[in-house]
Amino acid sequence: MKEIVTLDHGSGGLRTSELIEQVLLPAYGNAALNELGDGAVLSDLGGRPVFSTDSFVVTPWRFPGGDIGKLAVCGTVNDVCMAGGEPKYLSLALILEEGFAMENLRAIVASAAETAKACGVQIVTGDTKVVERGHVDGIYINTAGIGVLRAEGLGRGAVQPGDAVLVSGSVGCHGAAVMMARGDIPCEGTLLSDCRPLHELSRAALSAGGVRILRDPTRGGVATTLNEFVEHGPLCIELEEEAIPVDPAVATACDLLGLDPLYAACEGRMLAVVDPAHTDAVLAALHALPGGEGAVQIGRVTTSRPGQVVLNAAFGSRILGKLTGAQLPRIC
Amino acid sequence: MLFEDSFRRPEGSRRLLEDIHKLTEKTGPVRLMEICGTHTMAIAKAGLRTALAPDVRLLSGPGCPVCVTPSGEIDGILKLCDQPGVILTSYGDLLRVPGSVRGDTLLRRRAMGAEVKTVYSPMEAVELAASHPEAQVIFLGVGFETTAPGTAACILEASERGLDNFSVLCLLKRTEPALRTLIAAPDFAVDGFLCPGHVAAVTGADAFGFLPREYGLPAVVSGFEAGDILYSVWRLVSLLAEGRPALENEYTRLVAPEGNPAALAVIDQVFEPRASLWRGLGEIPGSGYALRPEYRRWDAAEKFGFTPGSASEVPGCRCGSVIRGVCEPADCPLFGKVCTPADPVGPCMVSSEGACAAAWKYRAR
Repeated sequence: MKEIVTLDHGSGGLRTSELIEQVLLPAYGNAALNELGDGAVLSDLGGRPVFSTDSFVVTPWRFPGGDIGKLAVCGTVNDVCMAGGEPKYLSLALILEEGFAMENLRAIVASAAETAKACGVQIVTGDTKVVERGHVDGIYINTAGIGVLRAEGLGRGAVQPGDAVLVSGSVGCHGAAVMMARGDIPCEGTLLSDCRPLHELSRAALSAGGVRILRDPTRGGVATTLNEFVEHGPLCIELEEEAIPVDPAVATACDLLGLDPLYAACEGRMLAVVDPAHTDAVLAALHALPGGEGAVQIGRVTTSRPGQVVLNAAFGSRILGKLTGAQLPRIC
Repeated sequence: MLFEDSFRRPEGSRRLLEDIHKLTEKTGPVRLMEICGTHTMAIAKAGLRTALAPDVRLLSGPGCPVCVTPSGEIDGILKLCDQPGVILTSYGDLLRVPGSVRGDTLLRRRAMGAEVKTVYSPMEAVELAASHPEAQVIFLGVGFETTAPGTAACILEASERGLDNFSVLCLLKRTEPALRTLIAAPDFAVDGFLCPGHVAAVTGADAFGFLPREYGLPAVVSGFEAGDILYSVWRLVSLLAEGRPALENEYTRLVAPEGNPAALAVIDQVFEPRASLWRGLGEIPGSGYALRPEYRRWDAAEKFGFTPGSASEVPGCRCGSVIRGVCEPADCPLFGKVCTPADPVGPCMVSSEGACAAAWKYRAR
């Protein structure tokens, strides 16, 4: 008989201990977690802490190029990295629907563990709750991450006119891949999510110097994230439409559904605003790393339209606003 | 390079723009109407309105199916949600359109517990009915000749499978009667029509032949890439300069003169023309589709006693004039102030094909 998650697994009793000891510890096990205290006691970070959290409700939980476990680790690791931190520790809390296949939970846990290992972070504390059938859609995950600050002074306040706007690769892959996996696009294909940790790319960019601000354009996509850099301020970001890399399969998928890749989510791409004197160095550093081969400059910072993102297209310029409403539900 | 990319490149476009400029020195500024909401969006996205001004003024017509649905009908749809056991299925566009009460939408009703599902194809609604025999699945059939064949095919499918728990609320509209009404209006001031390629793929390009023949207005059936549209505008301006009203088909890669016979046959099998109410245009005889008597079992209006409300449009909202091309989105006092996509007043700001949404989303610098 298929092994499933039951309400007992969230009772805090015997079954909960079994779940922790048989499924979670073997995957995540480390000195801090193995203590199984109410919280983890960590060693001195040796610098200012960076702290972030994110919740993950993506449907379907497995999609081409990743699953909710990988996404839950990447999402928080990337948020810490974009804040200029080097991620060190994660918490990982599961909310499970009773009846969820244990086999799938094991796969998700293994995927989270593998991603954490690749990023050099430890999952040091966590929680498991199980709710009645129909109260969550299979599995939701929350992660929080702590890192140590490696770059002081990043932020929109550091952005200057003349700065270059870079992206680490083609945009909108995650959003399109999740749509495809959901069967929303009536065709078959091999569209992969860009879901990946950004710790190496962000470290390389910061080492190359001149970085003003880093962000991963998740929900709302590149257009919305860039708006957040300049809104209510004196600066403008001007993008060159021809320069923005969009995978042909993503472009076609978005075309079919009337979506705009500039508003589709990425889960493993980095936007960087950099001092123009460092543009070549940052791009060269990114090109040398997996996931950064396609890094390219897509625009620059000006003062022409304060507070706005402008797209220079074939027949003229237009304003790119923030995403209104949900382009797609539950992609992360 | 993707095939479609060849229609997006600006090479050659500059020459067309220059030529359009030269031609309009002869004709004077011209006013062209794009009938289709997808054209409205494509024109705004490519920045063509600005590129062509002031030689050519592009006006949006009544081609967004959501926009031309009067708010009283939206009120009627919202009431359908309250029927016990009903699952309402709809294309995504309609979910954000408010009825006569601002903010009251299918999306809000869903959040409050109504069963409302988005579908990309009406066939998904048929499958939903098959897998939920205990529920009544209603598909909201909106759109023009483009979505009519798919809607008709669903009714035939439900009929074949004996699915009595499936029905269609048929709010489908026909293009030709609306265009005739538009042209007959005293404030009509358009020199030529950019005709909708998707509608023509079903009806055939020849279905727009009445425009030059009966009204002396040039018409070009156009595709949806920037290159398609620019070329079609150039043809329209050329025809005007030559004083030769004619119908041309630019979208030959998809549109045949006689259209799609299979699609036309299925429309004719299931539907018959009837009067229909349009926002901004009023009731137009023969401008809608009704289910033929033999398919009335699948008519949600009959089954659930669909009664459109008699609500008048929101004060100040000029969607009705925008739809007729009499006023541009920015002329509306509400545009961008109290009416934005985040908190829309009228449907033209809600729909992904609405003229106001296009003008807002792709506002030029």
